[in-house]
Amino acid sequence: MTSTISSPAETGHGVAVVFEEMHRWYGPVHALNGLSIDIAPGELIALLGPSGCGKTTALRALGGLDVVDQGSILVDGKDMTHVPTNKRNMGIVFQAYSLFPNMTARDNVAYGLRLRGVDKDARNKRAEETLELVGLGAQSSRYPHQMSGGQQQRVALARALAIEPKVLLLDEPLSALDARVRRQLREEIRRIQIMLGITTLFVTHDQEEALAMGDRVGVMNAGRLEQIAPPAELYDRPQTRFVAEFVGLTNRVPGKADAKTVSVLGATVELLPGSAERGDVTALVRPENVRLTQAKDGTGRVLAVSFLGSLCRAQVAMRDETIVVAQMAASDSVGLFPGAVVRVGVVPAPVFATTD
Amino acid sequence: MTEPSASMSTPSASSTVAGPAQSGAGTSRFKGAGNYLALLPFLFYVGLFLVLPTLIVTLGALSTNDGQLTMSNIAALFTTDVFLASLIKSLELAVITAVLGAVVGGLLCWAVVRGDPNGLLRQLVVAASGVLAQFGGVMLAFAFLATFGFNGLITLFLKNNLGIGMDMSWLYSLTGLAIVYTYFQIPLMLIIFLPSLDGLRQEWFDASASLGGSAWSFWRHVGGPILAPSFLGALLLLFTNAFSAYATAQALISQGCVLITQQIACQMQSEVILGQENVGKALALWMIVIVSVVMLIYAWIQRRASRWVK
Amino acid sequence: MGALSEKNALIERPRGAGKRRRAPAGQRVARLAILVLVLGYLVVPLLAMLEFSTRGDLDKATNTFPRSLQAFAAIFTYPNLVDGILASLQIAALTVFGMLLLLVPTMVWTVVRVPRMRRVIEFLCLLPLAIPAIVIVVGIAPVYQWMGQHLGSIGGSPLTLTFISIILVLPYSYRAIDASLRSIDVATLADAARSLGAGWPRTIFQVIVPNIRGGILSASVLAIALVLGEFTISNLLSFSTVQVVIYLLGKRDPYVSVAVSLVALVFAFVLLFVISRFAPGADTSTQRAAEEPA
Repeated sequence: MTSTISSPAETGHGVAVVFEEMHRWYGPVHALNGLSIDIAPGELIALLGPSGCGKTTALRALGGLDVVDQGSILVDGKDMTHVPTNKRNMGIVFQAYSLFPNMTARDNVAYGLRLRGVDKDARNKRAEETLELVGLGAQSSRYPHQMSGGQQQRVALARALAIEPKVLLLDEPLSALDARVRRQLREEIRRIQIMLGITTLFVTHDQEEALAMGDRVGVMNAGRLEQIAPPAELYDRPQTRFVAEFVGLTNRVPGKADAKTVSVLGATVELLPGSAERGDVTALVRPENVRLTQAKDGTGRVLAVSFLGSLCRAQVAMRDETIVVAQMAASDSVGLFPGAVVRVGVVPAPVFATTD
Repeated sequence: MTEPSASMSTPSASSTVAGPAQSGAGTSRFKGAGNYLALLPFLFYVGLFLVLPTLIVTLGALSTNDGQLTMSNIAALFTTDVFLASLIKSLELAVITAVLGAVVGGLLCWAVVRGDPNGLLRQLVVAASGVLAQFGGVMLAFAFLATFGFNGLITLFLKNNLGIGMDMSWLYSLTGLAIVYTYFQIPLMLIIFLPSLDGLRQEWFDASASLGGSAWSFWRHVGGPILAPSFLGALLLLFTNAFSAYATAQALISQGCVLITQQIACQMQSEVILGQENVGKALALWMIVIVSVVMLIYAWIQRRASRWVK
Repeated sequence: MGALSEKNALIERPRGAGKRRRAPAGQRVARLAILVLVLGYLVVPLLAMLEFSTRGDLDKATNTFPRSLQAFAAIFTYPNLVDGILASLQIAALTVFGMLLLLVPTMVWTVVRVPRMRRVIEFLCLLPLAIPAIVIVVGIAPVYQWMGQHLGSIGGSPLTLTFISIILVLPYSYRAIDASLRSIDVATLADAARSLGAGWPRTIFQVIVPNIRGGILSASVLAIALVLGEFTISNLLSFSTVQVVIYLLGKRDPYVSVAVSLVALVFAFVLLFVISRFAPGADTSTQRAAEEPA
């Protein structure tokens, strides 16, 4: 995960955005259930969650593409809840296919400026500059169907930025792209966003993306915001069961809880607030916190080892047939092979525990 | 606990299995020829019943009654007033009803597409259009007679209830024919054009709005230009449809040979002037030429339009 | 900020919530106006047909027509009409059979074995759209004359219209089946069947055809509708199919003519509505069947 700058830029176009107790129903489905978020100027909030959790609904509500049944949206202190889309001056980047196919990249980017009455030379110049910013200066005369998916999304971003919006909304912009392009583009988006200091809402179902990009990450489930926190805090100290299970990989290991601690894999570790507190519990242990030591009297038997470049993951069968996944640096995996006998331990990092 | 899941997040790039080679690749040249053989029945049938008549028409148009080669039949279109007049009337009728059908049908498409894509209204309208577009000819003529004819519903309604005695002979003129033609042009437009309207992505509309555009700016800069080729294409199809129509006109205007299609039929069945069939064939050849030109333009438009929208 | 809201379970859904975004009022009015006017224009002649064909004899006293089904009953008093209907139905059935026999194996074979010919086949199938019926009949008349003279009573039967009807329905049926074929991955299905040991006939009839049922159904219904509505060629070749008989009858008994037309129309409508309900995907097939090539 790339390190994120913790404080948003002072310069730039950032404004504060507030969701206040937003509710939205689709028929009987409660798509947004009391969503409340405060976004600081220039901050990038990543909304993460499974499909149907309401993250896209929240984004579309902010952009004016969908109505809000209850609650309000404030941008820079002003109530925007009932303002139509074309008056909100927000840049939106959609998942795919949003470029106008009958226009070149330049014309696409210049479209918003054209609507604002900017004359031809000025808007073309600005369009070219914005395309330079996203690395597509040479492609400005191309049509969308002549570009790759990644290039199209860059143009879409340029188009959204050209109007100097107060808020930038990105609705799963990288989900339709292949993995390598995705990683490259997300770093560029983050760089540009920090440079311009635009308040940004980034919706995704990809955890890696959310944790890599957000100043804070909000995890949503069934219309509710489970937790919103900086990525490290979300990862290390989940506040609800859903967040603990959804973010990152977890092993479900049986243990015994006792008020503030739980004993699992032969060690006693701190319990995170919100966990089940007594009796037999399932502790959620991260693979990188599992320690394997080669020992002839170990209770674990290695089943398989996966090499992932800088990391290795080993699947270990415990005596009670539970399978535990351990993760370590590749250099530490020497001596691990299917069939090896190991002792399975855990570092003293706090864990979340549930009752089943 | 038996099989606990290590709850994995989205995995990194998974390995893909290479798909099977394209079927038919690597077959010998002999087998390749054999594949084409299987298409022979189809080609033979189409050749016999489609290409042959076209040849007969072409050859007949260029021949005198004794079998000599001549251009006089073809020239007859311009030298004979009756023929030229019928062609002009056909063209007028085709252009007017194509434009009317395209505009009104286009508006109907828009009204239908705004609704629920799976709703009852849309299903009914589409199904009805499928039927009504085929509902040309004799049945349609009688439907209009039942409406506006001497004892028709509207005629009697106006006479009995409003005391208006309308002279309904307009029905049997070109104006009436135009109104009747439009009746099947509109559903045909719906069938042809609705998919194009469906092809307009919601994202384009949303993007335009987010950039500050109104509905008008969307249609002017995005929607209109994207739809223009298919609209024109549909217009050309409607033109061809009306130009080629025979049955409707025949059912309403059975005396005389007003349109070029009727003129051809008259030449074919003519008992007064024997041996004039070749002139009929020449007129038919002219129709083929005109329709072919239109279809070529249509194909060209389609090719240009499919560049943008995949 | 942003922790779970405790009171969420108690929030009542306000009235009017859950609707899609409403279009501006102007747009809604325009939409309604268009639907009413255009659909009204299309419906009036149909209503007139209904009213016209259900008229009894004029009641001179009130100068109104009572409702009666005598026009429909009278259909059976015209043997020509009944013969014409039967002839057309037979031609329709033969046409469907011939069309399927000709098109389905050819199209499947083209997709799987000779994809290069796809464009050619498509062009040939859509050609009849570009050639007006009147032109076809002018060119085919000599052929039918020959058949009538040399093939005896079979040559003179209306059923010979089947040959030309198959050509006429080609564009519509081709598009319907093509839409179905494009919606499944024929090449992969064929590969899978063949790798499991199936020969070509089996692959086509047991694997591929069941998957394009929607298109086949659609193609057949369109063919039936077209044959029942065909007038030009039948008339000029002097065959008495249903449309020709209606036309000739129209001068003598307009009521029966309109009644038969209405029956034919309702029949076609029910057929098409049924396939749009029971063959999903057939809706787009019907739509695209009337389109020209891209």
